Amino acid sequence: MIDLLAAQATLPDLITFLIAACAVILGALGVILMKNPVHSALSMIMTLFAVAVLFIEQDAQFLAAVQVIVYAGAIVVLFLFVIMLLGVDKQENLSRDQLRGQRPLAFLAVLVIFVEILALSQGNWTSGAKATVLSTSSPGSNVVQLAQSIFTTYLLPFEATSVLLIIAVVGAVVLVRRSDLKPGRDTAEAIELESESETK
Amino acid sequence: MTVPGSWYLVLSALLFSLGALGFFTRKNILIMFMSLELMLNAVNLTFVTFSRMLGDIGGQTLVFFVLVVAAAEVVVGLGIIVAIFRRRSSATADDLSIFRG
Repeated sequence: MIDLLAAQATLPDLITFLIAACAVILGALGVILMKNPVHSALSMIMTLFAVAVLFIEQDAQFLAAVQVIVYAGAIVVLFLFVIMLLGVDKQENLSRDQLRGQRPLAFLAVLVIFVEILALSQGNWTSGAKATVLSTSSPGSNVVQLAQSIFTTYLLPFEATSVLLIIAVVGAVVLVRRSDLKPGRDTAEAIELESESETK
Repeated sequence: MTVPGSWYLVLSALLFSLGALGFFTRKNILIMFMSLELMLNAVNLTFVTFSRMLGDIGGQTLVFFVLVVAAAEVVVGLGIIVAIFRRRSSATADDLSIFRG
């Protein structure tokens, strides 16, 4: 709280942070407390949007846009698709633990994680020198700085992510493919076969 | 002057803890997966905060890569979930005991 007074954050920044922080926590609580998976997914959108707001608040405009497009736009839609396609919007049975005492232990473990994170920092949140090369104060906007970083220092990892994405797409297709589709059959025949097997 | 970085770090620690709690307590695989995303988001927030505190754009670059890996992970993970649902129409992690020794 002393930190709070010494910070001298401007009022709009403070208000934005507090609202976004509340939205983050409420959304996260919604994800883990809602009975219906669809509601959980919608609560997750709230958290993701609030995190995007916090990104903008910290001058990471590009990441905020990507966060909204990729996370809230694509990943949550994927989740909703799976929930609704599989019809898993049934409620789970939370009354009985498979492992005895799993939930109290989970609370304890999480509390330990949280306290440990806070205790380890001891007020020294960061250490080390400020960056001089590829810093946030170099010329150009946030997008320019990020692009310079990605396409110079991190060019090889960037190329590797393209390979990763291809592997993910191929892997998803292989996983979800029906095994009764033999290679060599044409698509119309395959669809016919599939609809036949569904009507059976 | 914006809000001090330590606030953001406490917030992301809280978000990470909530994600971990959801992962440990829920049984629906999809919700466990969503909790995983919450934890990833908490780490992203930490990276961006450190990027601002240290004036280093590298933190934001790392978040960029985390986003890509998270997208790939969600695609493969949901593919696995769909494949499991094909075989047995259940939504809880407790029923998946085929790897039990």
